[in-house]
Amino acid sequence: MKHTTNRASRWTDERVEEILGKLLIAGVILAATFVLCGGARYLIHYGAGLPQYGVFHGEPADLRTLSGILKDAVALHGEGLIQLGIVLLVATPIARVAFSVFAFARQRDILYVILTLIVLSLLLYSFVGGLNQP
Amino acid sequence: MNILNFSLLIGLGSFVAGFLGSLTGLGGGVVIVPLLTLVFKVDIRYAIGASLVSVIATSSGAAAAYVREGYSNIRIGMFLEIATTVGALVGAFLTGMLATSAIAVIFGLVLLYSAYLAARPRREENDNGPPDRIATLLRMDSDYPIATGRQSYHVHGVPGGFSLMFVAGVLSGLLGIGSGAVKVLAMDQIMRLPFKVSTTTSNFMIGVTAAASAGVYLSRGYIGPGLVMPVMLGVLAGSLIGARSLTNAKTETLRVVFSAVIVVLGIEMIFNGLTGKF
Repeated sequence: MKHTTNRASRWTDERVEEILGKLLIAGVILAATFVLCGGARYLIHYGAGLPQYGVFHGEPADLRTLSGILKDAVALHGEGLIQLGIVLLVATPIARVAFSVFAFARQRDILYVILTLIVLSLLLYSFVGGLNQP
Repeated sequence: MNILNFSLLIGLGSFVAGFLGSLTGLGGGVVIVPLLTLVFKVDIRYAIGASLVSVIATSSGAAAAYVREGYSNIRIGMFLEIATTVGALVGAFLTGMLATSAIAVIFGLVLLYSAYLAARPRREENDNGPPDRIATLLRMDSDYPIATGRQSYHVHGVPGGFSLMFVAGVLSGLLGIGSGAVKVLAMDQIMRLPFKVSTTTSNFMIGVTAAASAGVYLSRGYIGPGLVMPVMLGVLAGSLIGARSLTNAKTETLRVVFSAVIVVLGIEMIFNGLTGKF
């Protein structure tokens, strides 16, 4: 690891990309772990049942809202754990964009701080708005 | 067929799709929806939801292979993500309004177009030309590593690329795909970026675009955990292994075979959509 005293050079595009990459990988591993554990529990409980995905009826409310998903996941329900893994997976690229705001700010790149904030607010509008609907 | 066998078969199919998709560079997401709807008789809305989640997983997972190479251009990516995220939100709302048969037909057309794009020869030379005013204003010009050091490039056609990215976003939100082919087309052909910069930046953008419609899908109940589980894990494992074997494998024959499969699936989606089987 190279140590530099210059503040700006610590936040070069390459360095930022490296951190972004690690953030994405960590998010995917965490999400996949939840999905894998939840999937095992789901198959143990419901493996002998019949799949119900041929006709669309929409998932029940507790698997569509963040509070419902958290409740099911804490109770270690298989489907709740999978859904929590999916929420973490979706949150990963959003965290990437949030980190980019910070990184552009450190580079004193105001134009890109603004552009990135636009992307971030669009993502949060969809994610938070979508998950809080009754 | 019980849930255990159903999950195992879908996991296996998704693994193959992810493997071939990453090996050929055509992306696995584009065949997940036809696989689930045509072979496993899954409702297209559940299929689109599961596909979208797998697209986010592959995009983020593939970052492992790209980060250290220094090809992707985060400024171009972030600027264009404004267009793709707005498009993705529009697309996700359209999914709730269009008839499922109409979605199937649009899906089929996109499959045919992806196969056509894949069959076209790549533009190898980078005829870079003078700097572009808008690209300079947005500080998009950059460089990428080559054998002898770093090669700099200028960016062109920003308004055109931005508009096409909006279309890519709409298709992503409407169909639950990554739209990687349209994204590369915008950056490679219109903005005249070097091919390697286009593909890696596109991959970086796909996850963010897909995340924009995921919230809408979740709240509509399109994301069924029992179905997403084998699809996401299968595609992720397949694409990671495919990316590792990319370096030395002879992919040209595979590309032709996989493109042919995509054409057949596209025709079947259009036919089934038109005859009201969705």
